[in-house]
Amino acid sequence: MSAPAAGGGRSGAAADWGGFEDNMQGGGSAVIDMENMDDTSGSSFEDMGEMHQRMKEEEEDEAEGEAGAAEEEDGEFLGMKGLRGQLGRQVADQMWQVGKRQASRAFSLYANIDILRPYFDVEPVQVRARLLESMIPVKMINFPQKIAGELYGPLMLVFTLVAILLHGMKTSDTIIREGTLMGTAIGTCFGYWLGVSSFMYFLAYLCNAQITMVQMLSLLGYGLFGHCITLFVTYNIHFHSLFYIFWLGVGGLSTLRMVAVLVSRTVGHTQRLILCGTLAALHMLFLLYLHFAYHKVVEGILDTLEGPNMPPFQRVARDIPVVSNAVLNTTAKAVALTL
Amino acid sequence: MGAGLYFFLSKALKTVQFAGLADVSISEDIPVEGEITVPVGSHSPEDDFSTLDEPVKDTIMRDLKAVGKKFVHVMYPKKSSALLRDWDLWGPLVLCVSLALMLQGGAADSKDDGGPQFAEVFVIIWFGAVVITLNSKLLGGTISFFQSLCVLGYCVLPLTVAMLVCRLVLLAGAGTVSFIIRLIVVVAMFAWSTLASTAFLADSQPPNRKALVVYPIFLFYFVISWMILTFTPQ
Repeated sequence: MSAPAAGGGRSGAAADWGGFEDNMQGGGSAVIDMENMDDTSGSSFEDMGEMHQRMKEEEEDEAEGEAGAAEEEDGEFLGMKGLRGQLGRQVADQMWQVGKRQASRAFSLYANIDILRPYFDVEPVQVRARLLESMIPVKMINFPQKIAGELYGPLMLVFTLVAILLHGMKTSDTIIREGTLMGTAIGTCFGYWLGVSSFMYFLAYLCNAQITMVQMLSLLGYGLFGHCITLFVTYNIHFHSLFYIFWLGVGGLSTLRMVAVLVSRTVGHTQRLILCGTLAALHMLFLLYLHFAYHKVVEGILDTLEGPNMPPFQRVARDIPVVSNAVLNTTAKAVALTL
Repeated sequence: MGAGLYFFLSKALKTVQFAGLADVSISEDIPVEGEITVPVGSHSPEDDFSTLDEPVKDTIMRDLKAVGKKFVHVMYPKKSSALLRDWDLWGPLVLCVSLALMLQGGAADSKDDGGPQFAEVFVIIWFGAVVITLNSKLLGGTISFFQSLCVLGYCVLPLTVAMLVCRLVLLAGAGTVSFIIRLIVVVAMFAWSTLASTAFLADSQPPNRKALVVYPIFLFYFVISWMILTFTPQ
């Protein structure tokens, strides 16, 4: 490295470096130099000194240029102009820092979506396979079964269930306030999925089962596939016996699968019993609730009471529980008979 | 030491860069022409001032024309990128508000209608669009958030037309014939909406995952079509 070539290369590089550092750090050049001059073993001390001097000269030129452009009248003290330029640059640098910090905060907020990204990394073939698998109970419960921690399938199944519920409420042919309908459907389905998953995860934690939250969400979500099929069929074909067959058959299959997977991941008889009993009960009862609460319940009443004097308050909102519905039905019968 | 390394590397890189150009030569008998001045592209400050100074009518007409052009793109979905490039949310807002207004009178309890229904339709459309956008982004889509919202909002146009037709048909009567007409119209418009939005959105996905993105769009427009079909005025 001959001296003139080194000098030429260095001056060009020093100019580049000065600009580069202006973007990185604010403040005076002395701070920058001290930070970067940590090890003088590689190059000679004179080179460092020369570079330092060169940068200082360039900076003074820049400061001069800025201050000169800003105010042309105040040209008496070169020292003052240099100081003002320095101050202006510091303020600009601080603004840049604040802006950068805000932008990075906004970016980290966006990046929270990226936390969910690995759970949506599926292919359509995989989704189809998992949907079909959710109806097939596994036989090997002696070693832990694999659960795919994926959230696309469960999320789509919950939305499908919401759509089917809406369809069921509408085909009851009763005039209900739409606001209650949609909110109830979404609230019920999402509440079940998230709430029961959390509850089961808590129970699994108590019973020392080896399952993570995402896996629990995924397992329960795919278990809703059976619910979707059952409700889709029985909301269109209104036979109670058909519903019970589907409830036991389809609902039972998907419950058995979930139970088998949980059993394979739990040790100890009592724990297995607690976990699986709770899950089976909640899952089957939910299907029962969905059928009876959002469906034609007044069939019996409408059969017996005919004619124009049908009590108007039979047509009530469908999202009342079965118990009060029965009370309402008997009251309606009584009132209609007295009219 | 770091400074010395940097200098050495930059010098080395410069020699490498210029090494390949050593044998480039221009023959002297071909005249080299051109302008030495760089065209100054500094018309933008004047442009900004001119859009501020123009009359309001011009601004509104320009925006309306842009919205109208996008409506035409939705009704005849070709694979153009005009909808995606200059996205705007005026069209979706207008469509959403008109659809919510038309869906309003369908409740039996007229004591407190209007409020929840309008809000429900509004929330369903925007919340559904946001969920579909997030889903397509999580599946690895290359489209931006507002572009996707724009496309989904504009593709509600066929369903708004279907709602209008349904209301007109219901004015005539509410029998089986009118139900069949309404069913055909709504199903046709639902298919049109889904196909239009798929034409714009599915291109931004990796090819083997198109079905994963199309399904929520299908559900979304299905729910809206269902609300339109089962609308009965009181």
